Amino acid sequence: MKRLLTVATASLMAASPALADLVFPDLSYRTGAYAAGGIPFSDGYQDYFTLLNQRDGGIGGVMTRVIECETAYDTERGVECYESTKGEGALVYQPLSTGITYQLIPRATADGIPLHTMGYGRTSAANGDVFSHVFNYPANYWDAASVIINYLLEENDGSLEGRDITLLYHNSAYGREPIRTLETLAEMHGFNLEQLAVDHPGQEQGNQWLQIRRSQPDYVIMWGWGVMNQVAVQEAANIRFPMENFIGNWWAGAEHDVTPAGMDANGYRALNMNVLGDLPVFDEIQTLVIDAGLAAGDGSNLGSVLYTRGMYAAMLAAEAARTAQEIHGVAQIDAAMMRDGMEALNMTNARMDALGMPGIGPEFAVSCEDHGGTGMARMQQWNAEAAEWVTLTDFIAPDDSVTTPLIMEDSAQYAAENNIGSQCNPS
Amino acid sequence: MFYREAGDFKTTYAEDNQTFPIAFDRYRYYAVLLIGVGVVPFVINDYWASAILIPFLIYAIAAMGLNILTGYCGQVSLGTGGFMAVGAYTSYKLMTAFPWLDMISITLLSGFMTAMVGLAFGLPSLRIKGFYLAVATLAAQFFLIWMFNKVPWFFNYSASGQISAPERSLFGIAVTGPNAEAWVKYLFCFGFVFVLAWIARNLTRGSIGRQWMAIRDMDIAAEIIGVNPLKAKLTAFAVSSFYVGIAGALLFTVYLGAVEVGSAYGIVKSFLVLFMIIIGGLGSIFGSFAGAAFMVLLPVLLRNILTGVMGWDTALATHFEFVIVGALIMFFLIVEPHGLARLWALLKDKLRLWPFPH
Repeated sequence: MKRLLTVATASLMAASPALADLVFPDLSYRTGAYAAGGIPFSDGYQDYFTLLNQRDGGIGGVMTRVIECETAYDTERGVECYESTKGEGALVYQPLSTGITYQLIPRATADGIPLHTMGYGRTSAANGDVFSHVFNYPANYWDAASVIINYLLEENDGSLEGRDITLLYHNSAYGREPIRTLETLAEMHGFNLEQLAVDHPGQEQGNQWLQIRRSQPDYVIMWGWGVMNQVAVQEAANIRFPMENFIGNWWAGAEHDVTPAGMDANGYRALNMNVLGDLPVFDEIQTLVIDAGLAAGDGSNLGSVLYTRGMYAAMLAAEAARTAQEIHGVAQIDAAMMRDGMEALNMTNARMDALGMPGIGPEFAVSCEDHGGTGMARMQQWNAEAAEWVTLTDFIAPDDSVTTPLIMEDSAQYAAENNIGSQCNPS
Repeated sequence: MFYREAGDFKTTYAEDNQTFPIAFDRYRYYAVLLIGVGVVPFVINDYWASAILIPFLIYAIAAMGLNILTGYCGQVSLGTGGFMAVGAYTSYKLMTAFPWLDMISITLLSGFMTAMVGLAFGLPSLRIKGFYLAVATLAAQFFLIWMFNKVPWFFNYSASGQISAPERSLFGIAVTGPNAEAWVKYLFCFGFVFVLAWIARNLTRGSIGRQWMAIRDMDIAAEIIGVNPLKAKLTAFAVSSFYVGIAGALLFTVYLGAVEVGSAYGIVKSFLVLFMIIIGGLGSIFGSFAGAAFMVLLPVLLRNILTGVMGWDTALATHFEFVIVGALIMFFLIVEPHGLARLWALLKDKLRLWPFPH
């Protein structure tokens, strides 16, 4: 068997072409309990690179190549995927899993390959002074928590004093991330925070919703992913919880999360970090990628919330690669140059217009100290009648005075545990 | 032709009692050891270490541990994942509280801690057996995972509830953390596997192993001939948990580096190790290795063939991987219910006469 294995890996190595392209590994999950979210994101991520190849001949004249590796949202398989793809000249990793991100932070930093964990992963990685190779722009979980509370403050005339807010979260690193921020915010604004954990994979939430039914909170905030979202929306409908008071974060606000509950899901609100609706780039993807038969999936996800976000992630990676090419003056960049490009990334409205995605995200600039972007997000609401998400607000800013000290505290602890000095001002 | 006793004369009792009495078998064993220590560390790369060899070695330890309890002593346990988590969290607490402690001591102490916990959860085995004991150990699994999720002291109050292994070295060479070289991690695990397998082999064929097997075969008869069930069952739980704890500790410190208790040590892990010993062979040290190899290497091999060589879609390949591994498990269990270890023994018997069978 071992010999077979050697033959298999040897042929694998031989089959991959030489390093004459820009490699963007895609650690996707199209199987398992989280596939509903993983498929559209991965489709969007891959299709955008295909579009770049078809339309522009790659980035700066060098073709892009996406290597897909299935993780099934499992951390051990994520590690295997990372190890098997990093030797192919991988420029940046986008694992779309907080658990895998935690695995990869030390490994990727040691290997000098940047990680882009867009709106997930380790929040305190926004402090680039400690986490030199991890980027979580344009927003992170603590921003999301703060944005939701800011939005609710506005809705309640500036005061949440004495209100009851329940956090329903996936019992993993992902779901636990916002707790610290919400606790601080609860103290600051005087609301009562109740925490209800849902264990992986999230299909059983009967007890949690019984608890919600009993305590009748004013708002339920959800940090869910995969099958957990659909079940939660259905359960909320079952106990007739007012849907407009049920608010998901940006990973709990896609079409497939609400459609199973049908009309009952009407009014459910969720955050989003990118815009919705028709972008000019979708027409190009339709003609150049999907109609040409080059789509990563079946093409049916085009324009959905998570497809758009995957495409947005790919766009940010491609733009960072372009920035890196400009900085270093070479077209064939490596992972270290890619890191420099990510750190110098400057997203402007003019650039987003030029790429055919006007206003897809907020304007932001990355620096050595700040890897987190602005943290702004929008609120959207599900209209079951028209089966579409309606954007309610413009980009709302988080309360940086709350999140920044928490980020500093957590990253300082990590730096102390791992003997990391200042990365931006090495002494 | 191979594995023949003819001409292989023993002149002392010690020679007669050795683990590999047949000369050919013994030389094969030395050759495996020599390749493991003398060749593999020089050619190993990150992929081979992280994706294939280290998980194989670690799961082999876990499978040996469960095999001692289930295969030799007949006590079914579904708490393997939880006991592995005890090892991992003990390592984490020791590594962060005593940064000067070396990794060998940390790993051994994690094993001893797990042995204590295993002893506590082994106590019900004196009153209940079979399915009822399986359910009691299942309770241990869920309780331990819940506890590590719930009590923030275990994960040093980190925001995410994750634990991550800081860099620790042995003789000045990094063993854990991202800067540890592949060959160091491999040799560290290999050393533990070698020593633990040697101990397990000698324990199971000594008096204590015979007591375990007597309890397994018929506990009332064993009690009548003078085996103390309290001592036999509890030592099996302790030794088994010691092994499983070391496997859990290594899985966290050397292999994964960062762990989320629910996904890394969940009930799935308990079943995975149980499948390993059932497929490999209950009551066999070799079976533990064969089962670990089967369950760890086969999925990786299939993935590489289906997506790498045949160019299949990754999602389709993953689904087929489940189908193929499942079908192979059924095939092996139908063809040989006693596992891969028995197939290996049959093969050895055949090879004695080859190429001139009767």
